[in-house]
Parts: sequence; C-alpha cells; structure tokens
Amino acid sequence: MSKILIVAEHDGSRLNPSTAKCVSCASKISGASIDLLVLAVDGAAVAAQAASLAGVGKVLVADNAANAEPIAAVLAPQVAKLAAGYTHVFGPSTTFGKDLMPRVAALLGVGQVSDIMAVESAHTFKRPIYAGNAVLTVEVPSDAAVVATVRVASFEAAAQGGSGTVEKVDAGVALPSHTRFVSRSGATSGRPDLQTANRVVAGGRALGSADGFQIIYSLADKLGAAVGASRAAVDAGYVPNDLQVGQTGKIIAPELYIAIGISGAIQHMTGIKDARTIVAINKDGEAPIFEAADIGLVGDLFTIVPEIEKQIGG
Amino acid sequence: MRRIMVGVKRVVDYNVRVRVKPDNTGVVTEGVKMSINPFDEIALEEALRIKEKGLADEVLAVGIGPADAQQQLRTALAMGADRAILVQTDASVPPLSAARIFRQLIDKEQPFLVLLGKQAIDDDNGQTPQMLAALWDRPQAVSCSKVEIADGKATVTREVDAGLEMLEVDLPAVLSVDLRLNEPRYVKLPDIMKAKKKPLDTMSLGDFGVAEAPAFRTVRVDPPPQRSKGIMVKDVAELVDALKKKGLV
Repeated sequence: MSKILIVAEHDGSRLNPSTAKCVSCASKISGASIDLLVLAVDGAAVAAQAASLAGVGKVLVADNAANAEPIAAVLAPQVAKLAAGYTHVFGPSTTFGKDLMPRVAALLGVGQVSDIMAVESAHTFKRPIYAGNAVLTVEVPSDAAVVATVRVASFEAAAQGGSGTVEKVDAGVALPSHTRFVSRSGATSGRPDLQTANRVVAGGRALGSADGFQIIYSLADKLGAAVGASRAAVDAGYVPNDLQVGQTGKIIAPELYIAIGISGAIQHMTGIKDARTIVAINKDGEAPIFEAADIGLVGDLFTIVPEIEKQIGG
Repeated sequence: MRRIMVGVKRVVDYNVRVRVKPDNTGVVTEGVKMSINPFDEIALEEALRIKEKGLADEVLAVGIGPADAQQQLRTALAMGADRAILVQTDASVPPLSAARIFRQLIDKEQPFLVLLGKQAIDDDNGQTPQMLAALWDRPQAVSCSKVEIADGKATVTREVDAGLEMLEVDLPAVLSVDLRLNEPRYVKLPDIMKAKKKPLDTMSLGDFGVAEAPAFRTVRVDPPPQRSKGIMVKDVAELVDALKKKGLV
C-alpha cells in the first residue's frame, strides 16, 4: 500500500493552496494513506489548516527556529529523514517545491518525477516535456521512494472537512548555516493570487510600457481577476517577474484567461493550456494565440480593452 | 586557480516546434536544429562576466551527451570558455546521474562556483543543480536573476512565486540561472577560429561508474491534448455576449 508524505508549503501562518492540490494528486493513487509535513518555526496554525483537508491522515509538525524561511538546504535533510517509511514524497511544482524536492531526492538517492499532471498508477505518471508539446508517461521503480513535484494547475484542490491528527516530530539532523535568507520583495497588490485565481487578465509586449499596462490592471479589477504577463512584457520591465505566465513562469488553470497583446509563443501557451476559456485580443490576426483561443478578437487593444470594461457594466 | 564550472547541454533549439514520433517512443530529433540549452548559455555568459571582472581565472564548460555535443561545447569555447570536457554517451542521462558526474568532476577540478541552467528545455526536469548541491553538501540558489561575488560569498537574487528573494551563500556553491540574469553575447567569427585551438577533452560515461540505464522507464510519449477550435468574434459587443453566454462575466 502507498504511504504518501506531502511537504506543505506555507508562509509561516497560512497554508499555500498548492498543498491542497498535492493532496488531490496523492488521492488519485488508490488506497494511499496521506500525511502532511509542516516545517516551520511554530507550525501549529498551519498544521490546523492542513489537518482540515479531506483525505489527510496525520500532520507532522517539525518546529525549528532554522525553518523561519524556506531554505532548501535547511529543509531537505529534515524531509529526507522524516520520509523514512513512506513510499512517496510529494511537493508542489511551485518555486518552493522546485527548489526543495530535487535536493530531497538526491539525499534519498533516487530520481524525481517533475510536474506530475496525471496519475496512472502508484508508479506510473504523466508529465509534460518540451514546454508541454509532448506528454511523457513514465514508470518509476517500485522498490525505491518516489519523489515528485505536482503540477498544481492539473489538480482541483482537495476539499475541506478532513480531521487529520497533528503530531510533533523532530528530524534530529544537523542543519547547515551556509545559506542565509536576506530579504524578499513582492507585490502586495491586493488582487487575487495569479496561481489560484479563477480569472486572469494578461498583457504582452504590445502594451508598450508600464503605463500602457494600466488598462490591464483596470480590466482585471473590474473582473476581480488576477494580472498576468508574457515573458516579453516582464523582460521589457512593464511588470515584475512574479506576473510571468509560461514554461519558466507560472503554470495556471483559471476559468477565464484573457490574453491581450500576447502573440502566443509556445513557451507562453504551456502556461495556460489548462485554462477553461481562453480569450485572445491581438491586432495581428495571424498570431499563434488564436490557434488556442476559444474566443478571438482582432483589433487595437487600446480601443478594445476600455470598451470591454464599459460593456460588461457594473 | 579560481575556476567556474558551467554545464552545457545540447538540446532541440527553442524555436523548433517538436513533433512526437508516430510510434510514441519519443519526439523527432533527427534533422532538427540543435543548440545550447538557452539557460546554460546564460550560465556561461555569467561565468564569463565574473571572469572578466577579475573574480575568476578559468571558465570550464562541461557537457554530457553524444559525440555531436562537441558542437555546443565549441560554441561555448567561442563565447569565451577556456576549456571544455565532454562526457560522451549515447544514452539518455537522467538528472541524478548528471549530478553524480558533475560531483566527481568537482573533486578533480575544484571549482569555487558551479553555474547551471535552471532547467533544460527538452526534459523540463529542473533538478540537476539542486541534486548536485545536495550530493556536494553545499549551498544552492535556484532561478538566479542577479549574482554578486565577493569575500568568498555569493549574494543572489532569485525569482520566486512571491516576487524576488535575496540569499547569501558561502562559496563554493551551485547557482542555477534564470532568463533575466543577462543577455548572452553573440559569437564573432574570429572567436570561432580561436575556439578550435582551445582544449576539448572527451571522457567516457564509463569513467564515472554511473549506471547507463536510466532507472525511470519511458512508457510512451504522446502529443498534448488539443483544444477544440474556438470562434472569432467581430467586435466587443459579440465578445461580451459570448462571455455572458458562458457565464464568465
């Protein structure tokens, strides 16, 4: 029987929604038991949230002052130690999990399955390769721990209503001091989180400037949507890097994705192919974005976007 | 000798639209343009800039792959790497094996810094830097968009989901690089000629005692599911109408 340990992602007080996606992925393995691991300074509040996810058995809490920031070199030896007895160790394919999980895998001496998008069996998974232009079905050995990251856009969040038990643990391993957190700067926009938003309005290079991008923010606010961007718009300095959607940015699956002035490079498309409805607005009718769009409109975005805002009403 | 080691992987060029083979065993790579993995090119550029600032003496480019991967290492030498090593194999080398090979080369070459791309754009695994740092028991900083080297430390800015994170790591360390770290230089013709005289050593995968057969088995490779064909609307009124019908606004 599969015994799965999921490394919880959190900011010290709130559980990141990526964890509920991992639980959902793990629950696709039939008959699996699912435990969560919270590495924190004081993980009680996060553990309570983790325990309320449906399908969770135990929540292991490893409190340690060294866990104040998610430093992979500090967390990995604890995860590797506490993974003893588990058949699978999962983490989210967010920047947190991408940083941490390969380090865990190497400490355990096993390979890693990156970006699980579907579970075929306890040891067979589907994952995207070549920027999502091919899907690999991979079978991993059943006589070693399975370490994997979960492509969060591929899974619904696990429901609430669980009643997991919380248990304090101590990995009892020496932790390095060679890696030190200095600072973190991020946009606190007050808008929905890009990775979990139901609606996303995204802009590309055609917006022309940071000022030009204001019409994207305005439409997003009208729709209660998160704001995204193409790599070109980030490279040009119109918006910060955390808005980037695509192969090397965020992979998202909103109900509605409105791509404005985005041509649709394959690296961008891989980030949005799980969106339920894609709307494309571009002045170039030949832009590849239209091949994937559910609804396309050719024209000048500076005329169209304010007009949409007006017509959807208050 | 203050040495920087850089990984250089030969991959299908990022402009190629890859096609899955009809027998579902992989993607078509025959007759397809191959290039240096774009992230590795950025890693190499950063190594060269660190050397040009006088903070390193030698840039060593390491590739693992078929004999043809010499082409990409020659390009790396033309960009400015001082020498190159190809660990030659026709087998597909999974990230853990690649990390083990790098780990052994580190013992021999004693770099103070290892710069790797944050992922290769073929397998999209994004694992080798972190695995190498674990095996080496040294710091890692992944997805770096800024790197400063001073006083035996690297201060790096990393691109994370929440924005930007700054870390300080003791050297030696493994850094994986992101797109916005720099813009790689173009190779000039005289540099290509000069690169032909630079040392490019070939080693065999067998020299490293790393298993040839990957532990993971490829069951099959499929094209991604296609989205159904959408509609084109002629104006904003039609667009808003279509969104309302879907209950999206």
